[in-house]
Amino acid sequence: MNKERLVLVGNGMAGMRTIEELLKLEPDLYEITVFGAEPHPNYNRILLSPVLSGEKTIDEIILNSRDWYAEHGITLHTGDPVEHIDRRKRLVRSRSGLEVPYDRLILATGSNPFIIPVPGADLPGVLGYRDIADVEAMIETARGFKRAIVIGGGLLGLEAAYGLQQQGMEVTVVHLLDTLMERQLDKPAAALLKASLEKRGLTFLMEAQTAAIQGRDRVESVRFADGSEIATDLVVMAVGIRPNMALAQSAGIHCERGIVVDDTMLTYDARIYAIGECVQHRGHCYGLVAPLFEQAKVCANHLAKLGYGRYQGSVTSTKLKVTGIDLFSAGQYQGGDGCEEILFQDPGAGIYKKLVIRENRLAGAVLYGDTIDGAWFFQLMREGTDISEIREDLLFGQAHLGDSGHGGQTQAALMTDAMQVCDCNGVCKGEIVKAITSKGLFTLEDVKLHTKAAASCGSCTGLVEQILASTLGSDYSTPEAKPICTCTDYSHDQVRAAIREQHLTSLSDCFEKLDWRRPDGCHVCRPALNYYLISTWPTEALDDSQSRFVNERVHANIQKDGTYSVIPRIFGGETSPAQLRAIAEAAEKYAVRSVKITGGQRIDLLGLTKEQLPHIWKDLTDAGFVSGHAYGKSMRTVKTCVGSQWCRFGVQDSTKMGIELEELTWGSWTPHKFKLAVSGCPRNCAEATCKDIGVVCVDSGYEISVAGAAGMDVRETEFLCKVTTEAEVMEVIAAFTQLYRENARYLHRIYKWVARVGLDWCRAQVEDPANRRALYDRFMLSQGVYQTDPWAELAATPADWAPIADLTLRAAE
Amino acid sequence: MTAFLDIAALDDIPRQGARVVKTMIGCIAVFRTAEDQLFALEDRCPHKGGPLSEGIVHGTSVTCPLHAWVFDMNTGQAQGADEGAVQTYPVRLEAGRVLLDVTRLARRSAA
Repeated sequence: MNKERLVLVGNGMAGMRTIEELLKLEPDLYEITVFGAEPHPNYNRILLSPVLSGEKTIDEIILNSRDWYAEHGITLHTGDPVEHIDRRKRLVRSRSGLEVPYDRLILATGSNPFIIPVPGADLPGVLGYRDIADVEAMIETARGFKRAIVIGGGLLGLEAAYGLQQQGMEVTVVHLLDTLMERQLDKPAAALLKASLEKRGLTFLMEAQTAAIQGRDRVESVRFADGSEIATDLVVMAVGIRPNMALAQSAGIHCERGIVVDDTMLTYDARIYAIGECVQHRGHCYGLVAPLFEQAKVCANHLAKLGYGRYQGSVTSTKLKVTGIDLFSAGQYQGGDGCEEILFQDPGAGIYKKLVIRENRLAGAVLYGDTIDGAWFFQLMREGTDISEIREDLLFGQAHLGDSGHGGQTQAALMTDAMQVCDCNGVCKGEIVKAITSKGLFTLEDVKLHTKAAASCGSCTGLVEQILASTLGSDYSTPEAKPICTCTDYSHDQVRAAIREQHLTSLSDCFEKLDWRRPDGCHVCRPALNYYLISTWPTEALDDSQSRFVNERVHANIQKDGTYSVIPRIFGGETSPAQLRAIAEAAEKYAVRSVKITGGQRIDLLGLTKEQLPHIWKDLTDAGFVSGHAYGKSMRTVKTCVGSQWCRFGVQDSTKMGIELEELTWGSWTPHKFKLAVSGCPRNCAEATCKDIGVVCVDSGYEISVAGAAGMDVRETEFLCKVTTEAEVMEVIAAFTQLYRENARYLHRIYKWVARVGLDWCRAQVEDPANRRALYDRFMLSQGVYQTDPWAELAATPADWAPIADLTLRAAE
Repeated sequence: MTAFLDIAALDDIPRQGARVVKTMIGCIAVFRTAEDQLFALEDRCPHKGGPLSEGIVHGTSVTCPLHAWVFDMNTGQAQGADEGAVQTYPVRLEAGRVLLDVTRLARRSAA
């Protein structure tokens, strides 16, 4: 069977990203032909400014080499633009006369720099700033001439001006308005930027309207509307871009400001898609790379005949690529009706920050001089996080919220290449930067895949995003709702909702109904899906142990040498001579290599082989122990102090309460591990205020607080409610645990989840008596199924844990 | 030359799972996929020595339990951006029995 023919017009970033996304989904569906007007293979247009300033070479910014096209069986015609589309015969004709038929066509014709229609605009020495040819012409001019004028004080104009100055020219920037970068900055930030650029030697002419460009053989001067003139050897027009829709218009495809497309990137002709800077989607035209990549993903999804991708527009952010100037802008930075602004100004230090808040959500941000939190603010904006809880500290950044270690995003730009970013996988900044530039990476996911940075615990994610942003200069690609993994385009929340609404009860249901790309998923999605299934349908879904990580499948903790550790449950941390004797005997019998008291008030037996596990479990369960679930995304421990039974300060019996809480909650699977503590008085010896859920006993009852942490992040719990009876403590904690189980994303600790949904929402859910009771009942229903001891069950079949065959004996014979 | 040895019944190995065979040259993991295909791989990840037999099996790939390197079980090659490989051994299914080629295992032990 002949393959369908796909033709791409426009060999730029948006079009080629679509092809790459398509190849990932369906490598063999189409015979692909690509036409490009420029003589180069696809390159990274957003890195043109570093090429102009001499910080990079053209070879360094090539994204897909000619070999790449050949390897993927793609026919590439460079330097040969398509000039005609015959929609009836379904073919395109190029300038050289080549005719290629298509079944589907993608228009990715990009944009043209807007050239102001003044006399002399066609003189030699007048350039736009758009492609490699423009950059080469500018560098060439800088070799023989001295003076340059850049018309346009926007992002592109300033980058061009900086680059020309780095090439040794004297540069004047001419701007029509009184504010630089008015599309991204408010006045105070723009004033700081202007002062800083002036210090670097750029000259500005504000509120100046260009009237004519003068010269005989090439440009010699620019005349302004007020009659003044400035002599120059080069004029760069950087006053904006216009979607390049001439080809589409000539073919009769509906265009307004750009080629009009729907949410699937389809034009009014059902065989023709359009993507990138040439399109108009829901009234918007985008000129930044992140939206184009999101569009590419959707377009590829439809070309692959999957048919469920939908583009709904983008929130964009900008960063100026001028070395040494930190500037970040995103969202509705100007504010407006119903918006509040939080401001910080330190003109002396050259720092200005403005956050725009609407309905307790971050709507926009402008940062100048200190952009460390840009990526974090942008994330809060995209995810629509409720910021009312952190509002007071918001402006001071993530570091101020109490993150220890790398959560605080120590200035990525100031780090040296040798400094370690990801402590889990030992990745230095230099390796990340090298991977980004040499392999053409744009997304956090790409960086994780290629370098393993941020791929383990994720605490350096913010830092890695910052390195991405500072390396790529301009915006980088971060999809709004991240898919669980590459098996699907659905996010965690979407999958969880589908499982609930469509009553999916098995992994194969999910794979089938949600169009999973791989027949049995991968190691990323399967554990998450398994959790969502068993937590949503505890009595119906079957727990799939093959979709669990090793520790949860083997019910022990794997160690670096492949041996395991075993921790029996010691309820509330209170033990007895008989229990200790049983542990000691087991430790001796199996020659345990280490016996360690854990932070959760219990005892860890380390260095056991897999074969030994069912045997030691049998001994421990015979002595009355159950599994401590120290290995699971599950309830771990309830730490206690001795409380009123012994302590002269204790006001309630915290040990007894801890034991009862542990008896209530053990065995429950949760999105991530989950620890409790009960302190018998406000002296808080059980450290209850840095646990996922903590109870502090007071004279008049019990204070329950939640969302603490004492790991990668250190956080104090936040007050949830106060109750007067033990029974209420049990009900509130079971209900809150169930709320967490039903709503948090897999692998989110309670504090991360609460930060997303807001503590007020959580409190409202458990304060309502009927709702609290319903949550409690659902928790107990699940416990009826899952509060069983896996050790007792698995100890019955020790043969399953041994090697299936031993060939060493045979060889010895 | 090959020498296939009957080591177990197919049902001794869980679907999307593995069992280990001890040999003179170290452990070999024998995998069974969701589609009942069999693969035998050296049970030692080239990265940090993780036991691949404890990894999550998906398609014809397995993910190392220690640091999530993914291996194509057809070739033993690490996938994606990771570079490395594990030794693969011929294994086949006959009348519900799992047969492992022990030629290379024997050769090493004889040497």
